[in-house]
Amino acid sequence: MSAVEQAQAEPGPEAALARPADRPDRSPAARRRRRVRALTYAVAVLLSLFVLVPIYFITVTAFTPREVSYDFPKPFIPGTVSAETVRFFADSTGVTAALWRSVVVAALTLVLSTLLGAPAGYALARFAFRGKSTYRLLILSTRAFPIVILSIPLAVTFITWGIYDTTYSVALMHTGLALPFTILITSSIFVSVPRDLEEAARTLGCTPLGAFVKVVLPLALPGLAAAAIFTFVLSWNEVFAAVILTLRQRTLPALVLAALNTSPLPFRFAAAWFMLAPSLVVIFVIRRYLLGLWGRVAR
Amino acid sequence: MATTTAASVATRRRLGWAPYALLAPSLVYLAVFFALPMVNAFGLAFQGDEGGYSLEPIRRMLGDERFAKALTTTLLLVVIIVPIQFVVAMGMALVVNARLKGTDLWLYVFALPLGVSELAAGIVWFSIFTEQGWLNSLLTQVGILDRPFIFLDYQRPTLLILTIVVAEAWRATSIVMIILVAGLQGIPRDYLEAADVFGATAWQRVRHVILPLLKPSIRVALILRTILAFQVFATVIALAGSATNVLAGEAYRWYQNLRDARVAAAYASLILILSVVSTILFLLLLPTEEDRPT
Amino acid sequence: MAEIRLEGVSKVFDKTVAVDDVQLHVADGEFMVLLGPSGCGKTTLLRLLAGLEYPNGGRVRIGDTDVTDLPPRKRDLAMVFQSYAVFPHLTVFDNIAFGLRMRKVDRAKVHERVERAATLVELGDLLGRYPAQLSGGQRQRVAVARAIVMEPAVLLMDEPLSNLDALLRLTFRAQLKQLVAELKTTTIYVTHDQVEALSLGNRIAVMNKGRIIQCDTPGTVYGEPASRFVGAFIGNPPMNFLTGRVHRNGGPPSVTVADHVLQVAAELDGEPDGEVLVGIRAENIRAEVEPFPDALQARTRVVEPLGSHLLITADVGEQPIKITAPADFPAHPNRELWLRFDPAKVRMFRPS
Repeated sequence: MSAVEQAQAEPGPEAALARPADRPDRSPAARRRRRVRALTYAVAVLLSLFVLVPIYFITVTAFTPREVSYDFPKPFIPGTVSAETVRFFADSTGVTAALWRSVVVAALTLVLSTLLGAPAGYALARFAFRGKSTYRLLILSTRAFPIVILSIPLAVTFITWGIYDTTYSVALMHTGLALPFTILITSSIFVSVPRDLEEAARTLGCTPLGAFVKVVLPLALPGLAAAAIFTFVLSWNEVFAAVILTLRQRTLPALVLAALNTSPLPFRFAAAWFMLAPSLVVIFVIRRYLLGLWGRVAR
Repeated sequence: MATTTAASVATRRRLGWAPYALLAPSLVYLAVFFALPMVNAFGLAFQGDEGGYSLEPIRRMLGDERFAKALTTTLLLVVIIVPIQFVVAMGMALVVNARLKGTDLWLYVFALPLGVSELAAGIVWFSIFTEQGWLNSLLTQVGILDRPFIFLDYQRPTLLILTIVVAEAWRATSIVMIILVAGLQGIPRDYLEAADVFGATAWQRVRHVILPLLKPSIRVALILRTILAFQVFATVIALAGSATNVLAGEAYRWYQNLRDARVAAAYASLILILSVVSTILFLLLLPTEEDRPT
Repeated sequence: MAEIRLEGVSKVFDKTVAVDDVQLHVADGEFMVLLGPSGCGKTTLLRLLAGLEYPNGGRVRIGDTDVTDLPPRKRDLAMVFQSYAVFPHLTVFDNIAFGLRMRKVDRAKVHERVERAATLVELGDLLGRYPAQLSGGQRQRVAVARAIVMEPAVLLMDEPLSNLDALLRLTFRAQLKQLVAELKTTTIYVTHDQVEALSLGNRIAVMNKGRIIQCDTPGTVYGEPASRFVGAFIGNPPMNFLTGRVHRNGGPPSVTVADHVLQVAAELDGEPDGEVLVGIRAENIRAEVEPFPDALQARTRVVEPLGSHLLITADVGEQPIKITAPADFPAHPNRELWLRFDPAKVRMFRPS
């Protein structure tokens, strides 16, 4: 429809041609667009509530006195705020140790997978070599395998190696889990640092390693940090491998899972909050990298 | 002249080696902690009591009264969860892509569960669905129910499965959403505006412009999500205890409680096979341009 | 400062030959432009010189040194990249100082040289800024300053003006020419823009399909193109090419186009009888709306006023031809037009 035809279809021809800013556009297309927009907002709010309300519930439960866990009906706005439930959980036997082990395992996983994965990611990003596409395909194909399930045969192997039921065994497993992700992520981060910059550094007197350290690394660092943090969360959250590979040296999720059916409600709820909270903080910290991290891996 | 030629060969050889040297550690690691356990899983699944080859673990798995139920529940969960999550994630992705006010905020909120563990999600939803939980509190206070309804009723497996579906949808939709949003952002806005100019409705735009262009992302998201669904474990335990059993749960039970790593490995192998088969199915059913030979 | 010699240099990527047995000698202090369409191998040639690629064959010499196998840092050169490649995490000062620091020049000296280079490209006030706070033109200046501060033996530039808008490009082109003339550094400049090439180069090496087709002064490359490709690539509008015939009929050879005998200054003795391509630039054609002696008849198709002059597209028989004429020339579509080629400017090419 040309502007003239459209203008004639309107009550006032000037409405479509030169619409004053303060008067709303009454054309059917504009009305339809506004309706779609209103609907979009409604959907957005609904979906947000679906995500946020359960987090609110568990937070309320964790920060009200212990008895409230058994109350019915539960008050939607808490009467008293108290750290009692959380402290009850934190003081339970084995919790602090498990918490510490979880941190150690996640940190080990982060370091190992970055040390092993980042060089490979760099090679994928910068070099053309024979076997590159095969290697990439190999890494991509790990997606088709439920890696966590492999902790059962690994447990048998670890027993023969004598490292069963240690934090190391869990970290080794988690590194295997995180490595394909780290490789693909770091490769996409290195790709996003223009090759020109590296070459410019080399024409200005850098060795290849010097160019990497002086130019590529500083520019890739925020992305690498985000990827590393995500690896940390991956390990922090993982429960199947952790519960298979340990007996006494439980990580936090493994401890909670093993005790799930025997533990009182406040313990469970506080545990859930403890596992959840760091993740929420982390997602907030790396929110700007989320799309880059996961989106680019999806190619 | 002779020396420079030698140097040239040396330079090129050094540069040629670099990528392989960088890849080697990761390859070795994956061989030991990924390929080897995979082979071992099958080895264990076919190992007899005195070592050697045997069908005994498989026979034990198939003969277990819980096997059939675990298999059907897992498959049922996959079949229900994956489409629901896809639709919800697509809704979220379109909302993010609609450039509402505070786009970043919507994205962050939708992405929140990305960092939530299976176990935490299971407990969170347990607090909602349990007899004296939040849902019953709401329904009784509003007056829809006069006394609490038992959602986590071990006599009604269908209801249990539905609660697991909701918990899983809450937890793992974000990853699908992120992949779809990233894919959507790769679609040039010109295409959508062109569709607009030619009078496409919002639905037509989704159906004829967005979905086809988004196919590679959709495929990846579906594969990823399906494989995760085959491993569903802690959510089930947190919500249903041992009343409902899934394949990964059975693997855990055989390993931990019944101390039989071989039957556990048989379950692991089964999950492995199901995952690979479903991946191949997705690749075949959703071919993209890149797959076509040029 | 140094001369450059490329001796039979070749580069093959997978199976495509990017640079094919190139010989090139650039004199000390010369400004050499590598000109050609995209994919002709000009950038690869520059990168071979820089040491960012290694050749599959041939030698590269800078001054008295065979640098073929040396990494970039040992070649005493500096390069300006098409994308500028200004380090985003460093200030303008640190960007310019980067190379000097790599060479471990002492602090005071670095400061002095950076300031001088920055002043030369009019960046003196922006030394504390980060690249993100600079315009495209300013970033380009940082890239240039970063290169010249090194006082290299050879300055390499890869389309340094192509990312600027048209107006800036014009200003920077003149400034760049002045700057390089003052520095007297041997410079290799890659571009696909023939105007840039004509304006900047002491000599132009025209490349196509990995080979140098012609390497000569701008005047010669423009006026006496070595091939149809060069004639068509350089000049706006491109050189006209008309199919003609060489006849001998017993006497001295002559050329006809559309049955009209052309006046030609070129030697025809070597030309065999048969088809020939007659090349003539638009500005070397005299056009009249009335018949005049020895004129070739044509028919006007399109008249485009370009301000300072007219660009006329006409047909000679079936063949199109472009002519420039004064702005007040009375040209009209579908009218007859009479043309005469400047005999000294007519070029003959073998039909390919």
